[in-house]
Amino acid sequence: MAPLLEARNVSKVFSGGLFSRAQNIALDDFSFALEDAPPSITAVVGESGSGKTTLARLLLGLAAPTSGSVRYNGKDLRKHSRAEWRTFIREVQVIFQDPYEVYNPFYTVDHVLKEPIRKFALAGTKAQGRALMEEALTAVGLRPEETLGRHPHQLSGGQRQRIMVARALLLKPRVIIADEPVSMVDASLRATILNNLRQINRQFGISILYITHDLTTAYQLSENIIVLYRGGVAEVGSVERVVQHPQHPYTRLLVGSVPLPDPRRPWEAAPAPSALGREMTAASCRFADRCPSAMPVCIEVRPPLYQTNPDRAAACYLYDDAPAMATGDINQVFVGEAAD
Amino acid sequence: MTADTARHATAQAQAGQPLLQVRDLRVYYHTPRGAAKAVDGVSFSLEPGERLGLVGESGSGKSTIALSLMRLIKPPGVIEGGEVLLGGEDLLAKSEEEMRQVRLAGVAMVAQGAMNSLNPVKRVREQILDGLADHGQPIAKRAVADTLGALLRSVGLKPEVAGMFPHELSGGMKQRVVTAIAISLRPKVIIADEPTSALDVVVQRQIMDTLLRVQQDLGAAVILIGHDMGLMAQFVTRLGVMYAGKLVELCPVQAIFDEPLMPYSQLLIASLPSLTKKGELRGIPGLPPSLLDRPTGCPFRARCPHAFDRCAVEEPALRELRPGHWAACHLY
Ligand SMILES: Nc1ncnc2c1ncn2[C@@H]1O[C@H](COP(=O)(O)OP(=O)(O)OP(=O)(O)O)[C@@H](O)[C@H]1O
Ligand SMILES: Nc1ncnc2c1ncn2[C@@H]1O[C@H](COP(=O)(O)OP(=O)(O)OP(=O)(O)O)[C@@H](O)[C@H]1O
Ligand SMILES: [Mg+2]
Ligand SMILES: [Mg+2]
Repeated sequence: MAPLLEARNVSKVFSGGLFSRAQNIALDDFSFALEDAPPSITAVVGESGSGKTTLARLLLGLAAPTSGSVRYNGKDLRKHSRAEWRTFIREVQVIFQDPYEVYNPFYTVDHVLKEPIRKFALAGTKAQGRALMEEALTAVGLRPEETLGRHPHQLSGGQRQRIMVARALLLKPRVIIADEPVSMVDASLRATILNNLRQINRQFGISILYITHDLTTAYQLSENIIVLYRGGVAEVGSVERVVQHPQHPYTRLLVGSVPLPDPRRPWEAAPAPSALGREMTAASCRFADRCPSAMPVCIEVRPPLYQTNPDRAAACYLYDDAPAMATGDINQVFVGEAAD
Repeated sequence: MTADTARHATAQAQAGQPLLQVRDLRVYYHTPRGAAKAVDGVSFSLEPGERLGLVGESGSGKSTIALSLMRLIKPPGVIEGGEVLLGGEDLLAKSEEEMRQVRLAGVAMVAQGAMNSLNPVKRVREQILDGLADHGQPIAKRAVADTLGALLRSVGLKPEVAGMFPHELSGGMKQRVVTAIAISLRPKVIIADEPTSALDVVVQRQIMDTLLRVQQDLGAAVILIGHDMGLMAQFVTRLGVMYAGKLVELCPVQAIFDEPLMPYSQLLIASLPSLTKKGELRGIPGLPPSLLDRPTGCPFRARCPHAFDRCAVEEPALRELRPGHWAACHLY
């Protein structure tokens, strides 16, 4: 059976800005399948600009790949009929990163929620529609009577973010792509909302792609994790292994940079930068210029993903004893069940 | 800030007086359904060179406090009362013109979502110079390149960035530009409202290191607003916890992790996810009270596992329950 939502050898290239002639490869030959049998939660982490939102936009059909294809139910999005497309946009919902960008300041909260209800005829009557909106708002910890009717600038940052979560819940989709859904809410609400996501994953069998730079919540919520670095996969596999014992030097940097909620355990000293002193080329390992373990070969040829365990792989020559895998195979290392 | 007030502030600082004192600040948003009491009687003070964190529930009034200190509250928001004393002078009593001088030079802010508020059609150079000119501090033509270069370098950016447009910068770079603007007039107090919540941990750490260095160079005090308790643990010295428009706990940062007193703070700490052990993600059940129609007594009582009859009738005051550790709770 074909996976539900799949990226096959997808690349996305942006032409450079005004001052750079170089092309910007936001995502480079990326393949991944989001399964929904059993429903899964996969985290995508990586630094700012690593291509996470680009990946989300491609999977949602909001941007077209420069090469490769995105498939839903086995069919290339570009070949979908109108009816198939309509199904797709109902079944694959998104919670976007930046609540400042998605809102039109002239629309009220009601509009944001009513629109999908109308578009997908979710309610027979006005009262039913209202009840649906209230239910969704309450589920994310907002008071309907005080939230409805407001404009975006009348809400705090976290309140805006929760409205986007409420909107996605309203549609009971099959897939939710959540791009930094909780970056602006407080710790207790973050736990509540992520717990909501986990529940809808279990109860309604909704598969979730959780895009974040917060390793801690990625660790708590997901089963598998993909670490992106400059458009490519640096490390991938079971979240338990990757977070507890990171292998790729970039993942190690990432894990070591998480500020621990304990003043007695200060940030580790920042790692020494790469000492190679050689110019990167288009073929170099993407991390070579920052890597404390870089070797001459890293400048010359980009490493493939080495499968260091049945349930993980890292794109780094430090692990070249392990078998190399084709980039299209990252799903091979995913654990099927929650590790807990 | 005029040269006089600056000197005055320094003199006071040397005399060991607080640099900034906020007393009984009240800010309401007048909505069609009534006044939302977003900040309802908040008092705290800041020593020179201190780093104070403000955390608390989403919507509890943190950004509203920040905006009030800058006198940037917009209608329907109104600063209803209180005092904001900077070096002994009440900012709330200043004329708009006087206040313009204080912004940037006295108190500067990196606002929530600020990196998205850079003007997309202006180069970084113009955005910084405009800020300076707006505050009556135009730079002589000859000095522009040097001043800009030094400023950008101080936040870890190359001088070339001055010639770039916002869309050519990454999120981390934009956030540094915004920080550079905020520190361009060497403020006494820097307010950073979620300065890194859109950035990855590696960049976040660089920005915080930058902020720390700039703060120490300038001898400025910092108010860091945010949700990341890890960041607070690493950066601030004292922490205030907000709940429904009130400051409910204020203590040295270590104490909030070791012995949080107010039950809201306790549950907040308990809800922190761990990076070493998978567990349940546990939030605090229930909703914060409506800001339009405040219940009597303690604002947290409806969700508090320890609430008793007194909590319904009497609002607990913020009291010093341990040396340097203040909390608003009837349990103690
Ligand atoms: N519309 C666009 N035009 C040109 N370049 C773009 C566009 N969208 C994204 N990019 C570039 O593609 C790269 C990846 O960006 P993307 O937004 O996917 O990163 P991200 O991982 O989501 O970062 P963040 O954590 O900051 O949200 C960046 O270098 C970005 O500048
Ligand atoms: N223009 C406005 N009109 C009405 N209410 C407002 C307005 N601006 C803010 N509020 C309300 O005031 C309260 C405090 O908002 P504020 O932005 O200060 O919260 P915050 O603590 O910064 O939250 P967050 O952590 O989510 O950023 C919120 O309940 C918000 O809905
Ligand atoms: Mg993004
Ligand atoms: Mg805020």
